[in-house]
Amino acid sequence: MSYFEHDVRTVPTGISKVLYLNWPLALLLLALALTGFLMLYSVAGGDIDHWAVPHIIRFTTGFAIMLVVAFIPLDFWCKISPIAYLVGLVMLLAVPYAGVSRGGAQRWLDLGFSTLQPSELMKIGVVMVLAFYYDGLDERRVSRPFWVLLPIMLILLPTILVLQQPDLGTAILIMAGGAVVMFVAGVSWWYFVAVTLGITLLLTGVFASRGTEYQLLEDYQYKRIETFLDPGSDPLGSGYHITQSKIALGSGGITGRGFMQGTQHMLDFLPEKHTDFIFTTLGEEFGFVGGITLLVLYSLIMTFCFASALTNRDRFGTLLAIGVSTTFFFYFAVNISMVMGLVPVVGVPLPLVSYGGSAMLALMVAFGLVQSAHIHRPR
Amino acid sequence: MNRLHKPGLLRQKLIRRSVLLGAVQGVLVFGLGVQMHRIMAGQNRFFRLLAEENRLNIRLIPPVRGLVFDRLGQPVAYNGPNYKIDMVREQAKNPETVLRRLQTLVPISDEDIATALEKMQKYRGFVPITVAQNLDWQHIAAVSINSPALPGITTELGHHRIYPQAKDFAHIVGYVGPVSDHDFKNRNDDDPLLLIPQFQIGKTGVERRIDVPLRGKAGVEQIEVNSIGRVMRVLKREEPDPGANVQLTIDNRLQAYAFERLGNESGSAVVMDLRNGDLVALVSAPTFDPNKFVHGISVTDWTEINENKYKPMLNKAITGTYPPGSTYKMVTALAALRHGIVDKGTSHRCNGFVEVFGRRFHCWNRRGHGRVALHTSLKESCDVYYYKVSQELGIERMSAMARELGLGVSHELDLPAVRSGLVPTKSWKKETHDRNWVVGDTINASIGQGFVLSSPVQLAVMTARIATGTKISPRLINAIDNRPQPVKGREPINIEPDHLETVRKAMWAVVNERGGTAGGSRLHRRDVEMAGKTGTSQVRYITREERERGVFRNEDLPWERRDHALFIGYAPADSPRFAVSVVVEHGGSGSKKAAPVARDILQKALNLAPDMNYRTVPNRKTAERASEKA
Repeated sequence: MSYFEHDVRTVPTGISKVLYLNWPLALLLLALALTGFLMLYSVAGGDIDHWAVPHIIRFTTGFAIMLVVAFIPLDFWCKISPIAYLVGLVMLLAVPYAGVSRGGAQRWLDLGFSTLQPSELMKIGVVMVLAFYYDGLDERRVSRPFWVLLPIMLILLPTILVLQQPDLGTAILIMAGGAVVMFVAGVSWWYFVAVTLGITLLLTGVFASRGTEYQLLEDYQYKRIETFLDPGSDPLGSGYHITQSKIALGSGGITGRGFMQGTQHMLDFLPEKHTDFIFTTLGEEFGFVGGITLLVLYSLIMTFCFASALTNRDRFGTLLAIGVSTTFFFYFAVNISMVMGLVPVVGVPLPLVSYGGSAMLALMVAFGLVQSAHIHRPR
Repeated sequence: MNRLHKPGLLRQKLIRRSVLLGAVQGVLVFGLGVQMHRIMAGQNRFFRLLAEENRLNIRLIPPVRGLVFDRLGQPVAYNGPNYKIDMVREQAKNPETVLRRLQTLVPISDEDIATALEKMQKYRGFVPITVAQNLDWQHIAAVSINSPALPGITTELGHHRIYPQAKDFAHIVGYVGPVSDHDFKNRNDDDPLLLIPQFQIGKTGVERRIDVPLRGKAGVEQIEVNSIGRVMRVLKREEPDPGANVQLTIDNRLQAYAFERLGNESGSAVVMDLRNGDLVALVSAPTFDPNKFVHGISVTDWTEINENKYKPMLNKAITGTYPPGSTYKMVTALAALRHGIVDKGTSHRCNGFVEVFGRRFHCWNRRGHGRVALHTSLKESCDVYYYKVSQELGIERMSAMARELGLGVSHELDLPAVRSGLVPTKSWKKETHDRNWVVGDTINASIGQGFVLSSPVQLAVMTARIATGTKISPRLINAIDNRPQPVKGREPINIEPDHLETVRKAMWAVVNERGGTAGGSRLHRRDVEMAGKTGTSQVRYITREERERGVFRNEDLPWERRDHALFIGYAPADSPRFAVSVVVEHGGSGSKKAAPVARDILQKALNLAPDMNYRTVPNRKTAERASEKA
């Protein structure tokens, strides 16, 4: 189903692919990037060159990359999936040795012309390799223990590497993305139930042992976990950010204080105001209306991705689109929940709005893959 | 490769699970929307208030402290300019290089530089750190001229307290110092000024007792700050109200003279103006330099003061209490006269001692005075006369008289640690010592020994009340911001004028009659005479052995065990103007050590008297100008 022509039986070729692009999805992405542009302009106190222009330049580049990725036949992406995964893994392994440290965490690789965060790319890499894996796997083997263990290893390997950087947010996103692909691919419910139960038991055990002679962790580690789960218990530390961001959101009200009228971010009360906490500025300046609009934008993107995936009879394409869109969902859901104090603070950006090159690149490549699946779907 | 799904279970499962996933996501997004509504619409007012608080901050501007003057309008505590050099780390690219450059212009040590650099690391980059203070104007000028080469360096003008008379007023005015945690906890004072770091408050003396009026009222500056406390701009400013100016009753010339006259002795002298109770001199020697305390005293200076056995920090005039010795005999005499136990003519025989219940009480004159009447008993200070009288009089009637004369009661002075001394009663001994009062206690008390204790100020008040026949009370503060402080005790005292006259005559004889104990201390002026009474009070018990061996020459004893020398007096004897009391700690004989000092001080006071009127002092509006002039 093209948006311009109905009932095309052949896969489009050449320049005509442009017409078969999932244009609503592309325009929604553009809308998000423009929102980011506006917010970054406001956060910088009216300085357009500080973050806003670089952001939109990155988006433009990303959009071009997305088009290139989209026009390359999906078959190619399917075949190079394992290679992409391996390259990502090697880059992750290289980070501790050749990486650059920022703010106490080593996540970046210096490529000479710019720095790159391999963990961001790995989110896509895991989704790709799992989609590839389940595309080729005999359907009778899907729930067999060995064939379940293999993808679990594929997920855990990069997760552990990312956790060591340390970057809990990205690690969670990688695991969640992988798990979703496994779930959709049809792995038995029982595995998910078992894993959930196992983790719950482990956590219970760790906390139950506290204070006994079999205590599994050090006291300070328990304290750290507690403040992580309940930032309010440390109002001047991690709780400070949440309090400030709630103040910003709350002071926005229904319609907000107006563009460039927010006081919280102007005065540096907000931490990470141009990256992970940019939603607070949006909330303060455009209020509840602005927040809901953004949520609707994200939901529309999800809807278009799902619609494309479910009408696609290509198994790889479907799994890829579901995996990518769910990863995307985790991005914004975790970020917004975090800013509203619903979940602990983990470093997850607001996709396409937050300032940050690697996440933008990873997302645009991912949407390129979704577009490619859309263009090259069997008809 | 065939990329198409085989129609079958797996395809159906995929669709099913995807729809489920989408539904879960939809529910979660809805949940986010609900939470968003709760925070942004529901709690909007609450959070908007918080946002305002975040943005605005109140900063206090410290007021200029009030000045202290003596009665002649001479400043004894004022605020001098304090030239400081501050450094803002973020403006100086390389703080250490800049400080090294500064070192060539201003006297700062390597140590100061190290401390400053350390401090800068502790605070955020925009917080100014004081690098040097108390600099000369020349240094400031040099720094200002070279400012382009000294990025981040600013010169600041602050105030610091100066006590120009240094030692003479140390005990009266006291000194200021930065608020300590201790002060903060122990004061019922919610003045926000105390929250300013290093804010100067009075620590002792008048600075402490009338700290609140001297302090003034804080100015307020409403500023906009960001979350790290950087000031973005000033929104509103309310100027501070400078502290009130205080005028003392002290005459700086007499005060200085009294110090000079006491010399190296440890002791105290108090001079009171009998017209209104003004304390024109209040001296405690040795003294200390209060200026040393303002910026924090050095360890060596502090050890020196602290280990001095003469206790320079103590204001002996109000806090030191001594057995009044023979100066107390006026109390016994007046009480005995009041209750008809003696009259002018009654005489007793002195054999050098009396024996009561087998215990001997000696007179200072071991050969005895022979027959003595009241007049002679005071003039020659016969102890036996009072031993005999007191047994009939009893302690209660004696002590009642003492309190009327101002002993054993606390006088209201604007100074901390005013002690009330001790005038004993039977119930007092029972309560504190759990022993019954015995006749020996009364006998000791009759000559101002035993339990009786009084401070130099109390002795001066007693003298003043005898001399004037009024309930005159001491006064230290003349005016606060030109509001005069009340004069108390103009009403006559409840003692027969006849009795007072008898005692006054005897006191005149002490100095001016042959055989008087202070015969050597007459005034040098022919036209004026002084009246007084000597006192030599024991601080030890003389054992029988010592008495037999004859070892009680004061000079042979260690300083701490020697007698206190006391003298009280007033002049002119016929129309009293000043009362004086002098205590020389462990000075030996009252007639030899204390009387000449008292005589000279009285003489000086009389000479200064025509020129002792109050001069007007500026009120708080002109405080700043006055401090600049000074």
